[in-house]
Amino acid sequence: MNFKGRDIVSIRDFTKEEIIHILNVAEKMFPIAKGEEKSELLHGYIMASLFFEPSTRTRLSFEAAMKRLGGSVIGFAQPGTTSVMKGETLADTIRTAESYCDVIVMRHPMEGSARMAAEFASVPIINGGDGAGHHPTQCLLDLFTIRKEIGSIEGKKIALVGDLKYGRTVHSLAYALALFKAEMIFIAPEQLQMPKEVVDECMKLGVEPEIANDITNIEDIDVLYVTRIQKERFPDPEEYNKVAGSYRIDMNLLKNAKDELIVMHPLPRVDEISPEVDKTKHAAYFRQTFNGVPVRMALLALVLGVVK
Amino acid sequence: MKELKVQPIKDGTVIDHITPGNALKVLKILGIKEGANSVISIAMNVAGKRGRKDIVKIENRELDSKEVDKIALIAPDATINIIRDYEVVEKHRVSIPDEIVGIVRCPNPNCITNSREPIKSKFVVVSRKPLKIRCYYCGREPDMEKIESMIE
Repeated sequence: MNFKGRDIVSIRDFTKEEIIHILNVAEKMFPIAKGEEKSELLHGYIMASLFFEPSTRTRLSFEAAMKRLGGSVIGFAQPGTTSVMKGETLADTIRTAESYCDVIVMRHPMEGSARMAAEFASVPIINGGDGAGHHPTQCLLDLFTIRKEIGSIEGKKIALVGDLKYGRTVHSLAYALALFKAEMIFIAPEQLQMPKEVVDECMKLGVEPEIANDITNIEDIDVLYVTRIQKERFPDPEEYNKVAGSYRIDMNLLKNAKDELIVMHPLPRVDEISPEVDKTKHAAYFRQTFNGVPVRMALLALVLGVVK
Repeated sequence: MKELKVQPIKDGTVIDHITPGNALKVLKILGIKEGANSVISIAMNVAGKRGRKDIVKIENRELDSKEVDKIALIAPDATINIIRDYEVVEKHRVSIPDEIVGIVRCPNPNCITNSREPIKSKFVVVSRKPLKIRCYYCGREPDMEKIESMIE
């Protein structure tokens, strides 16, 4: 399997075997990500981190990943300080940045921007989120987290909860989980339910997701994957409060959960998970956030051809 | 007396069975503009054996079939006839190419192809019957019922 020079634009560009390989490499990176082992694997390599949109976790974890492996980072966290403000196109910004680095990580508000960047750049492009489009490294770290926390993905019962309609990252996750033959339940209010194309895509992969409007029986669920319900999706703020309230994960809901159940969230969260859940062993979301580091280390090492 | 609405041509290309009302769009997709040297005749809403249709005749120019296939998006039943000395020497139905480049504007306003970047729109054909296309960049699948309004 050779990842050298490959772009990471969408999870759909990878086979199940390739995804497993990335997760296996990430597993080996884990102690380095923790700081328990030192590494100079990417010494002499430069990563450009081009963030045209705000980010906390993606940007910081990519930079941490590169530095933990002995590499260097250049870039910007907001386009306000660059020639983008003078009207420079993304295509020109990418062709400029690539002459200074070995790999580019980017986040951009427009969908398809990473795909376009990959066409212009000769160095690998890693998509750190393109608007409402893809966010493949989030998907990979989610898969890594499930595997690490509960041992496997196949056959596990995974509930995707919240706004399943607009967040395309949750669509990619559903696709990837179907690829791994997980059992899925899509729990969302009617107006935010998973689009039919995504359900159809899962069916094509041999997984028939269960559709539900309420979180009721959680006894046999292994993973509760919670997403943020955005206020702006509701014309009536009272309707939002009602809906958001009924999808809140709290101690009362978790009293029927099995011991091994984990709660995941891509973060940032607003009110979806009560802070009291943070102290329970169910709360996997901060470990999930950390897992961004070994997964991104694996991707950097793979696309730079330092790890096969 | 039977009236011939459009004269036969000696040499050139006849595009027949165009979905009624789409003849001008066909010319647009083919990039045939006002300044073209060829004589072009257009007949719209002509009664044919299979109902009404549009016809386009382009004199002294044989269109390349790959180029003409692009019109399958809006005229899936169209046929291309190459005429030499009043005889049809080649006849085939249009078929959708695997990729549609620079013809359809992505309906997603947030797609990178709708910005001022130096790229052309590009769609990948996902299925032919029914016709479904997906934006190569943003991944959206446009509503094919509105395809005519998305032609660039």
